[in-house]
Amino acid sequence: MASVFTHEFNTPAYKGKTSFNTGLYIDGKFVEGSDKTTIDVVNPATGKIVTKVAEATAKDVDIAVAAAHKAFETTWGLNMGGAGRSKLLGKLAQLMEEHQQELAALEALDNGKTFTWAMDLDTTFAIDTIRYYAGWADKIHGQVQETDEKKLSYTRHEPIGVVGQIIPWNFPLLMMSWKLGPALATGNCIVMKPSEFTPLTAIRMCELIHEAGFPPGTFNLLTGYGHTVGAAISGHMKIDKVAFTGSTLVGRKIMEAAAKSNLKDITLELGGKSPNIIFDDADVDQAVNWAAHGIYWNHGQACCAGSRIFVQSGIYDDFLAKFTEKTRSLKVGDPFDVDSYQGPQVSKIQYDRIMDYIQSGKDQGATVHLGGDRNGTEGFYINPTIFTDTTPDMKIVQEEIFGPVGVVIKFEDEEDVIRQANDTVFGLAAAVFSQNINRALNTAHRLKAGTAWVNCVNQLHSNVPFGGFKQSGIGRELGEYALHNYTAIKSVQVNLGHVM
Amino acid sequence: MPATFSHHFDTPLYNEKATIQTGLFINGVFVDGLNHSTIDVINPSTGKTITQVSEGTAKDVDRAVEAARNAFNTSWGLKVPGATRGQFLYKLATLMEESLDEIAAIESLDNGTAFGVVKGWVVPFSIGLIRYYAGWADKISGQVIETDEGRLTYTRHEPIGVVGQIIPWNAPLLMFAMKIAPALAAGNTIVIKPSELTPLSALRVCSLVQEAGFPPGVLNVVVGYGNTVGSAISSHMDIDKIAFTGSTLTGRKVMEAASKSNLKNITLELGGKSPNIIFNDADVDQAVNWACHGIFFAQGQICFAGSRIYVQSGIYDEFLAKFTARSKMHKIGDPFGADSYQGPQISSTQTERVMGYIKSGVDQGAKVHLGGQRHGEQNGNFITPTIFTNTTPDMKIVQEEIFGPVSVVIKFEDQQDVIQQANDTIYGLAAAVFTQNITQAFEVGHALKAGTVWVNCYNEVSAAVPFGGFKQSGIGREYGSYALEHYVNVKAMHINIGHKME
Repeated sequence: MASVFTHEFNTPAYKGKTSFNTGLYIDGKFVEGSDKTTIDVVNPATGKIVTKVAEATAKDVDIAVAAAHKAFETTWGLNMGGAGRSKLLGKLAQLMEEHQQELAALEALDNGKTFTWAMDLDTTFAIDTIRYYAGWADKIHGQVQETDEKKLSYTRHEPIGVVGQIIPWNFPLLMMSWKLGPALATGNCIVMKPSEFTPLTAIRMCELIHEAGFPPGTFNLLTGYGHTVGAAISGHMKIDKVAFTGSTLVGRKIMEAAAKSNLKDITLELGGKSPNIIFDDADVDQAVNWAAHGIYWNHGQACCAGSRIFVQSGIYDDFLAKFTEKTRSLKVGDPFDVDSYQGPQVSKIQYDRIMDYIQSGKDQGATVHLGGDRNGTEGFYINPTIFTDTTPDMKIVQEEIFGPVGVVIKFEDEEDVIRQANDTVFGLAAAVFSQNINRALNTAHRLKAGTAWVNCVNQLHSNVPFGGFKQSGIGRELGEYALHNYTAIKSVQVNLGHVM
Repeated sequence: MPATFSHHFDTPLYNEKATIQTGLFINGVFVDGLNHSTIDVINPSTGKTITQVSEGTAKDVDRAVEAARNAFNTSWGLKVPGATRGQFLYKLATLMEESLDEIAAIESLDNGTAFGVVKGWVVPFSIGLIRYYAGWADKISGQVIETDEGRLTYTRHEPIGVVGQIIPWNAPLLMFAMKIAPALAAGNTIVIKPSELTPLSALRVCSLVQEAGFPPGVLNVVVGYGNTVGSAISSHMDIDKIAFTGSTLTGRKVMEAASKSNLKNITLELGGKSPNIIFNDADVDQAVNWACHGIFFAQGQICFAGSRIYVQSGIYDEFLAKFTARSKMHKIGDPFGADSYQGPQISSTQTERVMGYIKSGVDQGAKVHLGGQRHGEQNGNFITPTIFTNTTPDMKIVQEEIFGPVSVVIKFEDQQDVIQQANDTIYGLAAAVFTQNITQAFEVGHALKAGTVWVNCYNEVSAAVPFGGFKQSGIGREYGSYALEHYVNVKAMHINIGHKME
């Protein structure tokens, strides 16, 4: 029998109780993994184990895929009309809203982000995303093409079938909603692997999905490791498409596995090293606040983090002084303290990785302008860090750190900064600060990134597409654009009178 | 200086002169490959060499990419408005139309498809594709998305950059047009590798691309082999996207190379084993004619060929008799013969491959109802239209893509069973249904797992109608507005008008 996780939250930010089944969710039931093994869930604020959850293996993937196919052929896919799918997604959003605080608390416990952020952003945006796609479910239109009057030529935008989805640990619930929303709205069935570091909100969601009334097998959740469950999903002969968010390194493996198995279609949301360009004519006070949000939001654990901050020389000193002051004001502390801004990094592995990058910055001769060290003695807390005096070839300037570490770079020339900003294998996002309409828009248009922010950063909406240029990814999530990832186009041509 | 190939056609159907530049086409000029080697272009009808063309290698791909990148940054991409890109494409289409017969003759000589078919359909359709996308070039719109009044949020559908394209030998000019047109319309620059077996029509069109005035570097053609040029393109670090049409086997390699290099986006058009289902209430005479067209057109060398013909038992005998008689009517012979319908297979390698499948059919116990042999010279490339009956589902000739004029005719009884049989394949490129009953037509048609479903017709393609595979037949769609999605990079723009940050 799968076990139950019960936890009482008694914290300044949240008091409440949670209790839910921690098994795999396959074919509408909570079950143990085939090997009956478990994965420890660690609280990054303390480093201590919170609970164990069932671990899935490749065999469980097979079972889930079979259940998903059965559902696709009988109770889901085109057997359930768009209005029906819409209603279920709407119901799910409603249930999420009813349990929003509980979900936010679980997210904060599991991931380390503050309860406040989890409430105000993660869970709110996730609910909004599900609602947004609920609205699309009955509006998946094909085309009718004019050819000639002796022919009827049209396309059906059909669900693909069984889709595999692999999501990361940085925004667990939010990433789940970005994947689940469009896939279910268009009629696909899902086999999803949450991160083994942060499975709790995904597992909790399964009870809500069940309660909402999604037919068994439409959504299946398998907590497991990348090299077992993730690999089984990407290489599965009966999964028709895989969507992955995570590192560029793993993204390559997913695409290769897809090529070598059944040529399943892929969408990838990968890493970034996004530039934030602040011109002399920016509103400096606003630029400071946005820049801090750009790099320190979510402890720097955002693929679109504005980690390279280019500041034009005329305002450099003013900006740096204010940015340092702003960064100092960010409170690092327990996720459940009411005034915490930044909690711990998600795991020891990530903590070590970030600290290694900080060390490399020091070793390569950059100046630690602020921070650069651990915060406290318990848990994976790192002080918000500012590096200056860097050179373009330094690791901290080139590679994605995925932590609260910003690099501030002085620039003079507009052409040169655009060139520097684009000089990266990544292309996920970029930002420009300027009050001059020509400079702002021309610069933003020239930045090679899937999202460009002008006088803001990290603004995301359910209805606006998000995705990468270059090695930051393939395909777009959110908005109407995400629907394309989950539909198979069938062209039907009916001969009404041409004689052969 | 690379050579020019001139050929004086002296045939019943065409007797003019054709001239082709035989170099690689890089940065607006014809150049010799850096290796100074050549490829022999063989006439599939005779097995004799038509001419040599320059051979490209990985180093030529590099210089083509460099030219394409320069053009993208200076004279194409977002540097010229869509309307201008459209004008260039319209001009190219007009020039192709003015040389239609010559292009058709070159294609027919190189590929072996009957001149009448190439002149009457392949070339006009290719020109039509270029015109179709010329019209899209200034209509590539993003969205303006409502968020709130403190923001302006919109998307730009930008050209991706330098795209690599690899095309096959079965319908060379058509493959060329369908690849370059949407890519150029959307503002990309191109490095394209035609098949080493059939480079001539592409090279002929390059002269027209020059004449149309496309800026140098916008379109680059590098003729070479798959394991050199094709591989260089798929794994190139400065090619932003690749589109491939060819075998499923090679498609996997292209996708793998993309994953290991720079994660370039991919579209793939691969193989098929398309079912053609004919019910008792079909118009049998029409079904016979369409079925013939479905499998014997272009020597069966079509990815969406209707190679598995399922015939309901009530009309099976009548259909088989008529289908056999109709297949016998096809005149096989020189593509320039006055009434030739079917020409040679593309090469001796392909011919042997098809003959190998025929042998496997015999070995595995199927019945050769018609044909099953070479036509004419025993070491030539002509194969008689072939019909197998009495097959079982596991036979190679029923499972695998033969890519030749070889059909299997399978009797069926039950609607649900034939749908299940039709879908029981790793492929999913096309399918067809013949019935006069409206309910059956759509119930069956919609249940077939294929990217294109034809009802009471076969092989119908249109510039405006998307085409592509389910399952292992491919990723992505070509033609129509759908193709444009694969040639743009969506950029979301968020302009903060009034939101303050704390």
